[in-house]
Order: sequence, then C-alpha cells, then structure tokens
Amino acid sequence: MWQSLFDELKDHNFTVVAVALDHADAARPWIESAKTSYPCLIDREHHVADLYNIVNVPQAVWIDEQGRIVRPPETAGSNDGFRKMDRKTGAVPDDVLAERNRVKALYISAVRDWVLRGPASVNALDETQAAAKVKGPDDTIAEAHARFRLGQHLLSRGQADEGRAQIAQATKLHPDSWAMWRQTAGRNERGFASGPEFWARVDALGSRPYYPPADIAAPG
Amino acid sequence: MITVLHEQRETQHPDTAADGDALWLDGAAIEQATGWAWKPEGLCHGDICVPVPPAKKNELVRDGRLNVAAMWRRSGQPAVHDQASRTWVLGTGAAQRSAALASLQAPDFALPDLNGQEHRLSQYRGRKVLMYTWASW
Repeated sequence: MWQSLFDELKDHNFTVVAVALDHADAARPWIESAKTSYPCLIDREHHVADLYNIVNVPQAVWIDEQGRIVRPPETAGSNDGFRKMDRKTGAVPDDVLAERNRVKALYISAVRDWVLRGPASVNALDETQAAAKVKGPDDTIAEAHARFRLGQHLLSRGQADEGRAQIAQATKLHPDSWAMWRQTAGRNERGFASGPEFWARVDALGSRPYYPPADIAAPG
Repeated sequence: MITVLHEQRETQHPDTAADGDALWLDGAAIEQATGWAWKPEGLCHGDICVPVPPAKKNELVRDGRLNVAAMWRRSGQPAVHDQASRTWVLGTGAAQRSAALASLQAPDFALPDLNGQEHRLSQYRGRKVLMYTWASW
C-alpha cells in the first residue's frame, strides 16, 4: 500500500522512508516482492525504535520539509481486528475486515491530504499539539534499549546464550515493546512470531490495545 | 580488547581495563567511543558537563583514566556490559531522548538499504517524509 501511495505522491515533494526493525536476510524477500522504489532501510539493532520511542510495527512518523515532527509515532493504518480472528482457521468476521479496511483507507487518505495541503491539513499537528502528543522514554525503557543493543550485538557474534539473556532482560524492562519481544521470539510454521506465546501476551493485554488507535480525522 | 557501543558507533579499545561495573578509558578513547570529551570541568557533550565530584575523585579517576561507566550512570544514562566478551553499551538516557523528541526536530540517523548503501534521514530534508517501521516478524 505504501508503494502505490509513493507512486501517487512522489511528485509532490514527498517520500516514504521504510525502516525494517529486522535483520536484512529476513526483510529482503518482503522488500523484493513489494518492488519498492522508495528507500527501505535495515535497522537490525532497532536504533530508530530507541530514538523515537517506538514499540511496535507499523508505527509511522510524519516529518515536514524542515525536519520537524508533524505527527509523532503512532499506529499507521492498523487496528486490533486480528484479535477477533478464529485462531484455528485464521478466519476474520466480515464486519471486522470492513473496519480494518476503513482504518487503513482513512490513514492513507490522511497522509495524502497532508502531502497535498501541508499545515492546512486537519491531521497536521501544530507545534503545541505535536509537543503534547510526543512521548519520550523513561529510565527503564532507556536501559531496555541499551540491553537490547547489547543482546543483538552478542547474537551477531555467536554468543547466543548471553545475547538471549540480555534481550530477555530488555523485554522484561520494557514489556510494552512488541518490537523487542517479537524480534527474538520463536516463529511459527509461517515464519511469524505469532504462536501460542504471542497470543498469550496479546490476551494479557485485556482491554488495552495492541495497536493504540491513531487519532486521525477524516480529511474534509 | 574491549568493545564499546554507543548510539551507532562501535569502537575497539586494546589498551584499557574493565573490572566489574567499572570501565576505565582515557580522554582520547572516551571521545572516540562516545563523542563526549573529558575536560577539567567534567565529562562534557555540547552544553552539558557532568562534573567529577572532588570527594569521589579516587573512585572515578585512576592513572589518567576515567571510570566512564560510573560517570555515565551518574548522568542518568544506562551503562551495561557483557563480562565474557568485554562488550559495553553506553546507552543514551531517557532525559536526552525525551528532550530531543520534545524539540520536535526529527532525530537523525543513518541506516543501510539492502545493497549496503547508507541513507540519512536528513538527506530527505526539503520533502515531506512518511517514515514507517515494519518487520517480517
């Protein structure tokens, strides 16, 4: 969906920058099959998550021509509909699918409106609004990122036990980070970190969202 | 040999010492590893200087080296290490990260694409940027 948005808007002083919080080998087939023509960067050590206090994917940031954050990190067009799927068959009820499509389409239309109208867009936050919305880490999260970085480094050097121990500590310090946990969690037969452990963590959220809804208004 | 990771830097320090929670580096090594400078007024970066308290000088300074890990923690920043491989991460503290975000200037970074070509976020200045994260997991 990002490629078609990029194709549509690239002549309007706009670019998409994709950041894979992932290993190059794991990201490669996805990037190649999406036939992307915008920059697709590899962030094995989750530097961008550390810098921007990002906890999951997809989260996106809107940045204007001056390098100013117009919308801080937020869920980019996803919703919690997947929690209502049949876990045996993977089937999702029609109304849930429709809502998922609506949220995605709304997000895309909001990006388009911002690219075309700039600060006049209803979803372009002014400095006061953006500053109120931006959320920095606390000391525990900062330590979690340091330990995650150490863990990823140790894993890349073949120190599997030490690396896993550091990352386990990181995920314990920063339980809200799905990115840290899923990067190193076991994968199911389809290659996703969405086995029983994943669902147990999702269920433990209770009424809290997996994808906190972005506060996006329908462009006028 | 000790490896120090800070932000996106990775540096090796052959002639140095680490014991327990202490990491002893001289001024040149500190600058190389972190970009911070050890000055008479303390450990400094930009406008910030974390002083070495005179009462703690014996604990924090030894043979022309500074216990960077202890100073790092004094400045409210995480310093963690792996004993076996002598690898240290001098992380960036919550206050620094939060101040950078509160300024609303998008924190800059450089990352490679699949071909190994490096891209800086700031090279797209002058355009609107939708930066999104994704993953295979």
